[in-house]
Amino acid sequence: MALITVRDLSLGYENRIIIEKLNFTVNAGDYLCIMGENGSGKSTLIKTLLNLKSPLAGEILIGEGLMKNEIGYLPQQTVVQRDFPASVKEIVVSGCQSQCGLRPFYNKKEREIAQKNMERMGILKLQNRCYRELSGGQQQRVLLARALCATRKILLLDEPVSGLDPKVTAEMYSLIAGLNDEGITVIMISHDLSAALQYADHILHIGASVFFGTRKEYIKSEAGKSFLLQQKAGGNI
Amino acid sequence: MIEKLIMYLQYPFVRYALIVGVLIALCSSLLGVTLVLKRFSFIGDGLSHVAFGAMALAAVLNITNDMLLILPVTIAGAVILLRTGQNAKIKGDAAVAMVSVASLAFGYLIMNVFSTSSNLSGDVCSTLFGSTSILTLTKKEVLICMILSVLVVVFFVLFYNKIFAVTFDENFSKATGVRTEAYNLMIAVVIAVIIVLAMNLVGSLLISALVIFPALSAMRLFKNFKSVTICSAILSVVCALVGIAVSIVAGTPVGSTIVGIDTLAFGMCWLLGTIRGGIVK
Repeated sequence: MALITVRDLSLGYENRIIIEKLNFTVNAGDYLCIMGENGSGKSTLIKTLLNLKSPLAGEILIGEGLMKNEIGYLPQQTVVQRDFPASVKEIVVSGCQSQCGLRPFYNKKEREIAQKNMERMGILKLQNRCYRELSGGQQQRVLLARALCATRKILLLDEPVSGLDPKVTAEMYSLIAGLNDEGITVIMISHDLSAALQYADHILHIGASVFFGTRKEYIKSEAGKSFLLQQKAGGNI
Repeated sequence: MIEKLIMYLQYPFVRYALIVGVLIALCSSLLGVTLVLKRFSFIGDGLSHVAFGAMALAAVLNITNDMLLILPVTIAGAVILLRTGQNAKIKGDAAVAMVSVASLAFGYLIMNVFSTSSNLSGDVCSTLFGSTSILTLTKKEVLICMILSVLVVVFFVLFYNKIFAVTFDENFSKATGVRTEAYNLMIAVVIAVIIVLAMNLVGSLLISALVIFPALSAMRLFKNFKSVTICSAILSVVCALVGIAVSIVAGTPVGSTIVGIDTLAFGMCWLLGTIRGGIVK
């Protein structure tokens, strides 16, 4: 059985359906990129996968012993975080919270996991710095390290490069690709078609036309072709 | 002046006031950081008005231990306000404004219509501004206050990491399987307890000051959650002590003096933060 199987999923708000009858599967080790125009329901889909929203219809089956507290999530930044007085270390270790249950404090193992993930993301030197004083790229690394504390299996990334400059964007993408090579399943929302075509092995396109398949199939498909044309005409959005 | 203070300290009611003042200041500062960061600063204000309404009701019904009515009503208010904050139909701030103004009006109305007291405006004034009530505490009230404060501090210490996670990023916590709703509910209940406690000290109109000032001051100076929390607790306690001392010596109302000192402390922290921000980068 696949890691995640989505069957006939319909998403939307009370009286407006955004996506209907969506079907796709994610296997362990996949790198899935979710594409689509603004408002096509990408973030809603991620939120539904994470159980933050309930679907209008259909089901999401989770397999291979994936537990709810084993999903790592990189959300879009919120307003609250912009002036939150917290050190990098405090934020990263908070990713272990889900394993704590009712235990009030982090144990030694969890602190070590946090250290290891800060090292992995190259932010060990920043660990006592204040989060709000970091650059956009550094902040994303902090949140990614936190997500890695919560999971060893699957990462859901909601536009991880929005607002970053091209150089930092490239670094971020290669960081994520590296994690995927280590065996972590990646599901990423992106506007950026060229990155999707470079890194992802599966693509889910939602919107007016829906497509799910491998990268090669996508380039040949109608949805892919029209999106490619659009992006060429409008530049990278 | 110090002799005068020492003389006053001989009286048990002054000692009670100091103990209660310190405890309340400590409790109210702890959750301040969370409230400010979650954009809930105003909930303290709204809840204190709910507590005022409940207090008026208790007075009219002639309930001897008014805590028994005020506490549950305020807790219910906190839960309702937090719930509506997540609901899109009536936005959080509008809901708070609505509930707080309504209970303020209701409280004053029933006090006016059914009151048995001869000094109505005096009663209302002291519940709103806490004028001297802290100096008239009985031993039993001091005891209740101590127990509740200890509970609040224990709760905060045990759930410190969870409060941090839920405050910093509720969606992430929820997505990774942390029971955020339960924690939000707990935070709401604790806020309600703190508000009811703090009513004794500064009266219902000035409570938000006690909750948000220390947090905001500490945030000027420190940059990680732990230091901010500790600093705001210390600041709050010091300000309360100074405020009570000043009010005893100078004969000013306790609540507004404490809030005045808190404001002063905020100004100093802001200045210090700005100066230091210029030097250290």
